[in-house]
Amino acid sequence: MRLRKKTRERLFIASFLAGPLAVYLVFVIWPYIETFGYSLTEWSGVAPPSRVVGLKNYADLFHDSIFLKALGHNMIILIVFPTVTIVLAMFFAFMLNVGGRRGGLGGVKGIRGSAFFRIVFFFPQVLSVAIIVILFQAAYESNSVGLFNAVVIKLGLTDANHPWEFLNSPTFVLWCIMFILIWQWVGFYLVLFSAAMQQIPRDYYEAALLDGAGRTQTYFKVTMPLLWDSVQTAWVYLAVAAMDAFALVATLTPGSSFGGGPDEHGEVLATYLMRNFQVLGKAGYACAMGVVIFFITLILSLVVMRATRRERLEY
Amino acid sequence: MAADMTQTPPSTPGTGPGAQRPEAGGKPGGGGRTPGERSRRFGESGATLNVFGTGFMAVWAIMVLGPVLWVVLGAFKNTSELNGSAWSWPHHFGFDAFSRAWHTGISTYLKDTVIVLVFSVTLTMLFGAMAAYVLARFEFRGNRFIYYLFVSGVMLPVYLALVPLFFQVSKLHMLNTYQGLILVYVAFSMPFTVFFLHSFFRTLPSAVYEAALIDGASHTRAFFQVMLPMAKPGLISVGIFNILGQWNQYLLPVVLMQSQHGEAPHYMLSQGLVSLMVAQGYSGDFPALFAGMTIAMLPVMAVYLSFQRQVQAGLTAGTLK
Repeated sequence: MRLRKKTRERLFIASFLAGPLAVYLVFVIWPYIETFGYSLTEWSGVAPPSRVVGLKNYADLFHDSIFLKALGHNMIILIVFPTVTIVLAMFFAFMLNVGGRRGGLGGVKGIRGSAFFRIVFFFPQVLSVAIIVILFQAAYESNSVGLFNAVVIKLGLTDANHPWEFLNSPTFVLWCIMFILIWQWVGFYLVLFSAAMQQIPRDYYEAALLDGAGRTQTYFKVTMPLLWDSVQTAWVYLAVAAMDAFALVATLTPGSSFGGGPDEHGEVLATYLMRNFQVLGKAGYACAMGVVIFFITLILSLVVMRATRRERLEY
Repeated sequence: MAADMTQTPPSTPGTGPGAQRPEAGGKPGGGGRTPGERSRRFGESGATLNVFGTGFMAVWAIMVLGPVLWVVLGAFKNTSELNGSAWSWPHHFGFDAFSRAWHTGISTYLKDTVIVLVFSVTLTMLFGAMAAYVLARFEFRGNRFIYYLFVSGVMLPVYLALVPLFFQVSKLHMLNTYQGLILVYVAFSMPFTVFFLHSFFRTLPSAVYEAALIDGASHTRAFFQVMLPMAKPGLISVGIFNILGQWNQYLLPVVLMQSQHGEAPHYMLSQGLVSLMVAQGYSGDFPALFAGMTIAMLPVMAVYLSFQRQVQAGLTAGTLK
């Protein structure tokens, strides 16, 4: 029997979409939806949810001092980490693409060794977070065996008998985590900004050059404004990463299950969520936390998109 | 910077961008012919920046490479050398630590990871290409909705779904099984794969495809024999991305690959390394741990260095709208 052309096409579409959609709905979409549902129940995480408690979990969150502390830490990460990462990545991208001495197309080119720097800076991106964790675990070691202490002792900032505590220090633990985040992500955004910079027509630089603009001026008056779109995208993605930081905090900071120490000074939302779910038996509460994190991320992204909206320029 | 501003001569109409554009556009390498005095000033004002900038970049490069090299060197040191000064150099380059690491679990983790990845990457690519292709080249009701359903997943943080995901996989009796992890990897790789290949399939010409249909090929055959070969560059990019992403995945296996009823857990490589780290914390065999890390880094480094361009293009394409 010959099917009609249209019917055959429909069958083809359906057969190609069925598999991918099924897997995606079962393992991604449904769990996300369930998070919202479970957040309204009192649920230990073992038996099916026993009782619907409405918004009680959410109300409890705002009286939970550890949650608020973790939220505060995430806010610090949210401000410091994207800002430093973007500034560094922009600077490096500028140096790599137009920071070199005159010559090249339109009088601009990258500094010497650009290709090498690009490969090296991007490298942390291809490392597993597990490798990064173990790497920094060893490097942050609070005695002269650790790489960073060896460096500060060599520089004469302290002596071998008084090594820096790094991850065990209530003051520095969060900054140590943020350093790793920045270390990990600068290369990625360097490549992203580089791609955007290469889209900028060389004539613009040449025009600025002919007008007598110096390099600093070219950077702030030509490059930066034209990269605005990419910066906006970068900020949104960095904000998502800042709300996460789970693997780093859970494995690097002191604390019995999922880290967070010393004394909650390193606690972030993601680790507190996992502890509630897997250790404290408060899965419903953990889901409520997940929903709150979701909305914070969403609102932040929308705010950034709105606040930084500008006219888009077509080259 | 203020001094810099005052030195700048006011632009005159004759040197404005408009006046120079046609000339500049017409000659590649035009920098060489710009008025000498001006371009010299451009170079000078950048000299300090250049020295400072290059210096700073060198420092950052050391910060990236330093810890990595330190770990690789650590794999060749013995325990007392490691516990001595961090600056010590290994006395002889032997592979004892590597063989210890290999036998304390790395070989098993490596085997399990490879088994999972062979299936999960293949299935990810197949499903991703099928869905992206249909969504990119056919018009039907619900097309936009399904596309956005797939793509919205790019923005969602994984740990948000972890709690229910655990129970979902548990309900299907797939905790601590290869097939469970494979399906989860495929599902979580779908958003980016579909997003990337969707835009790729859009750019492909349809003439060859239509010719194949007229010659009597079915849609399925035309897809596998005409469109997939044409999409090869895109498939390679996103394939490398998926291999790296799934090889490095940590959070999903930690939650899903735990021992359920006392049977041996099938640890993935990155998860196994962390458990090895915890174990070495007690037994104190850090050279073996460092050797394990080196073994885990080697394939990634090889892939990265040989496909450096595709890796960077693939990873950053996900964030470009």
